[in-house]
Amino acid sequence: MTAVTTRRSTGLLPTAVLLAGAIYCLFPVSWVLIAATKSPGELFTTPTMAFGTGFLSNVSDLLAYRDGVFWLWLVNTFVYAGGGSLLATVVAAVSGYALAKYRFPGRALIFNLLIGGILVPAVVLAIPQYLLFSKVGMADTYWAVLLPQILSPYSIYLARVYATAAIPDSLLEAGRIDGAGEWTLMSRVALPLMVPGMVTIFLFQFVAIWNNFLLPFIMLGDDGKFPLTVGLYTLLAAGANQPALYNLILTGALLSIIPLIALFLTMQRYWRTDLSSGAVK
Amino acid sequence: MTYSAKRRRASRRPLLAPYLFLTPAIVLFVLFLAVPIGYTAYLAMRRTRVSGLGLGGGSRREVFAGFDNFAAAITDGELWAGWLRVLGYGAIVLVVMLGLALVFALALDSARVRLARFGRIAIFLPYAVPGVAASLLWGFLYLPSLSPIRAVLDVDLLGATTVTYSMANVAVWGGTGFNMLVLYTALRAVPRDYYEAARLDGATETQIALRIKIPLLMPAIILTTVFSIIATIQVFTEPTTLRPFTNTISSTWSPLMKVYRDAFVTGDLYAAAATSIVIAAVSFVLAFGFLRVVRDRAFGEG
Repeated sequence: MTAVTTRRSTGLLPTAVLLAGAIYCLFPVSWVLIAATKSPGELFTTPTMAFGTGFLSNVSDLLAYRDGVFWLWLVNTFVYAGGGSLLATVVAAVSGYALAKYRFPGRALIFNLLIGGILVPAVVLAIPQYLLFSKVGMADTYWAVLLPQILSPYSIYLARVYATAAIPDSLLEAGRIDGAGEWTLMSRVALPLMVPGMVTIFLFQFVAIWNNFLLPFIMLGDDGKFPLTVGLYTLLAAGANQPALYNLILTGALLSIIPLIALFLTMQRYWRTDLSSGAVK
Repeated sequence: MTYSAKRRRASRRPLLAPYLFLTPAIVLFVLFLAVPIGYTAYLAMRRTRVSGLGLGGGSRREVFAGFDNFAAAITDGELWAGWLRVLGYGAIVLVVMLGLALVFALALDSARVRLARFGRIAIFLPYAVPGVAASLLWGFLYLPSLSPIRAVLDVDLLGATTVTYSMANVAVWGGTGFNMLVLYTALRAVPRDYYEAARLDGATETQIALRIKIPLLMPAIILTTVFSIIATIQVFTEPTTLRPFTNTISSTWSPLMKVYRDAFVTGDLYAAAATSIVIAAVSFVLAFGFLRVVRDRAFGEG
């Protein structure tokens, strides 16, 4: 009996701690969800947690803002994040497979160099990347934002860990004995086995590119090529001292976080930081 | 491919394949990492020399400057002020964010917790919110005319002394969930019988957390700390996005903001390159210094 009561009482504290954390984390998101429904008048007059009546007009105002530049930002963000993370995942998967399943001279060196990229601060890279892109006339283009984000050291690390766990050596040996070439083994045997890990890698890279501010902020000058992060920043810089624009900014903020939160909630089981246990449960 | 060729390939170790598979990554590494790093180092050792009155096409030349730019960056008072602000901010972020991440991970992993799934998803949710959007949301929540916080707590959250804490709060809010997930994943890998054995010996859940789980988590805690140190020193998004809300954040609030200003506002690329190398060096010294200290203290790995 005493054991049961102590256990029940210890369950109370961690549950309370988690609930407090959840409230703290959900508070700003739920606040903007409500604030974005308020018309410009209601924003300053109605109670904080009361829904307003202006959501649709806020959205259509945002749509109309500077000839619909907001939707361009949304599309651009999908292009950068979708394209960049797709390419990053493929590069990472193929590299991770090679590093996990082959023994060859220079393997440790190549792995350490690629992984060492994690430690290089973005600031050391962004400015020279901008200058080098300028030299070849590619600054302020989609490529300037897309290309530098294809190489992801963290993704290569995850892919190597996953390939080690998910691809049995015996399967590759059997394939070789049957006369399969290395390319066939990689594309037909290894990559299909790595798909669950690749989904996780894709998600992490998608979020990283979606949330990146510094690189597009430095690379781009034309606001028609901006991703949402830079677009929202310019919207804020223009409207922070004009309360009439607050509704637009708040609605923009809400719309910019909805796609990621949706992706996040629907792909729950793929959000894992440890891929060494192999297949997703 | 003929049958004999197939046999030959099967019988020996593949030589070329791994290099071919690694080619895309290596090419990207060279183009977008090695070359830019080299170019930064080159720029940091150059400066413009103006001859004559500085008019006309050939009067501005780029010349070798040695370590002058580094010396200028190290002795720059504005940059030092930035370092001090970021050290104060970083200390708050590291302690609170990693402390909360650890507490939440332990709570998730405890034996009788309820609502664990909901808590885990809710606390990880800010990870899906871009830093710009997070700073923007909190910026409005700090704004006197809108703030629901001000109704409870009568403090100017964007004042000269409070703005550092307000900014730290944005980083804590955004970063706790990811670190919690890393620590929680590490905890899940611990065999459950460790805890059973401790319970049979009469240990309470708190004792198990403090005496077994935290020591086992140390390598993961050290790793998340090292990465958080590197990220925190390069803070840029939060102060840049909060600037429109208040005049207490200068355009050189953090060292990285000064690099941006030097490069793109005042146009001194050489100073910007030298300063960015100094920032990288300070990140490494602090991160590896930390690693060194904790390793020497108690642990064999990290």
